[in-house]
This record gives sequence, C-alpha cells and structure tokens, in this order.
Amino acid sequence: METAVFIVCAAIVLAGALGVVLARNPVHAALSLVGTLFGMAVLFLNLEAHFLAAVQIIVYAGAIVVLFLFVIMLLGVDRLEDLSVEPITGQRTLAILAGLGTFGLAVAFLATSDIGLVGHTKVLTLDITDQYSNLHQIADVLFTDYVYAFEATAALLTISVVGAVVMSRRMARSDEAQESAGDD
Amino acid sequence: MVTASWYLILAAALFTIGAVGLLVRRNPLIMFMCVELMLNAVNLTFITFGRELNDIGGQVSVFFVLVVAAAEVVVGLAIVVAINRRRPQATADDLSALRG
Repeated sequence: METAVFIVCAAIVLAGALGVVLARNPVHAALSLVGTLFGMAVLFLNLEAHFLAAVQIIVYAGAIVVLFLFVIMLLGVDRLEDLSVEPITGQRTLAILAGLGTFGLAVAFLATSDIGLVGHTKVLTLDITDQYSNLHQIADVLFTDYVYAFEATAALLTISVVGAVVMSRRMARSDEAQESAGDD
Repeated sequence: MVTASWYLILAAALFTIGAVGLLVRRNPLIMFMCVELMLNAVNLTFITFGRELNDIGGQVSVFFVLVVAAAEVVVGLAIVVAINRRRPQATADDLSALRG
C-alpha cells in the first residue's frame, strides 16, 4: 500500500514540478505548483508526519499559492510567455547540464553511503505505538529545545509583514507629486 | 517496499527540476515558484531522514523552513509588486540594476 501511494504521489509531484518549469502561462504554473504541494503533503502522510501534512496544505496550497495567484492577477501578467527565445546563448544547455550534475552527485552519494540503494533492506517504521501523537512530539521539542528559535520566527513574520506593507503601498501624496513632476 | 532511498531520490529529482527552472526561466514569479520547489525537496529530505533516524528534529526543522518560506514569499512578492509599479512587465534580465 505504501508503495502504491509513493508511486502515484511521486508521479504527481514530478509532473507538477515539470508543469511549473515548462508552463508558458504563470497561472498554469501556479496551479501545477498546487499539484506538487498536494502530492508532497500525501507523501508526508506516508512518512507519518501528520502535522506537517496538514500545515503543508494550509500554508502552502492555501496561503502561498493564493498569494501567487493574487499577485499574478493584480499585476495582469497572466499573458503567454515566449519560451522559444533564449536570452543568453547556451544558457539552457548549461543549466540542464548543471541540473543533471546535481542529480547525479546526489544519487552517487546515496549509492555509496550507509543508507545506499544497494543492500539497503531496512523497512521504514517509526514507533507509532508511542503514547504521544506526532503533534505532541513536535510540540514537546518545539516549546522546550527550540523555544528561542520559535520566538525568533514570530519576529521574522512580523518584520516581513511590515516590510511587505512598506514596499507595496502607494507613495505618499507629496512623493507622488514630486515623482510625476520628475517623470514629466 | 519503499525505502528511504526512494524518497531521497525523489527529493533530488524535485530539487534538480527546481534548480534548472530557476536558471532557465526569466519571469520573477516563476522563479519564486521554482525556489518553493527546491524548499519542498529539502523538506522531504528532512522528514525522510527524521523518520529513518527515528528523530522528531527533522520535522521541527521542516516547521521552521515553512515559516521562512512564507516570509520569503511575502517579501519577494512585495518586491515584485513594487518593481512592476515602476517598470511594468519587467523580467529578471531587465532588473540588473538595483535602482528603480
């Protein structure tokens, strides 16, 4: 069962990722991204990370992709992009070669390390008969060992929201008048 | 049976697709989406290793990656909106200078 779920979700994840890279229309790319994130959430369930699967759906598919779509609609950039033009000669070939190199190195590392492909027979099982749920275990660690990092994320989110408001608001009236005078 | 290696290979493939997309595409919004793909690949690696080593720390790391990704997208999209107000339809190639 786990194998079947893995195969289906891996196909969804890779197809969505290719859709993001190859789509000419940004809206289609954003919708492909939803597919990838959804498949990833099911894989998280497969790996018994229940809390993170829920967070993945709520935060990524629910908030981040909607933010992407909102910006695409707001800017009106949902037009087709011509992918046949290559701005820098040979860049695509080099990029694909670099990608294949990265992938090859990662697989080579896997094949030669302790958790390698060959002779690895350990079946993945976490002790889920543990009295604590997944959420309880995460909370235990998060609010004890990592509590300062957790507080820092609160500051990070506040700063990023304030920064987004400052950067995306319209200019104040005096600045705007000055700017339009400058443009003329 | 699916072992940890399969998840790690899937994560490597996803990271590769994201990296190639980031290098090839010129639309800033698509480039952000490719960064999200790469972050997701790393998340999958974290969770796989956390399960393999029977350690909840992997999942806690993913939690922090999610928070940083959300902050990154908010700031990045604000920059895209600000740039598009001054220079509509700008691509990454048009933004080689930092001045507006």
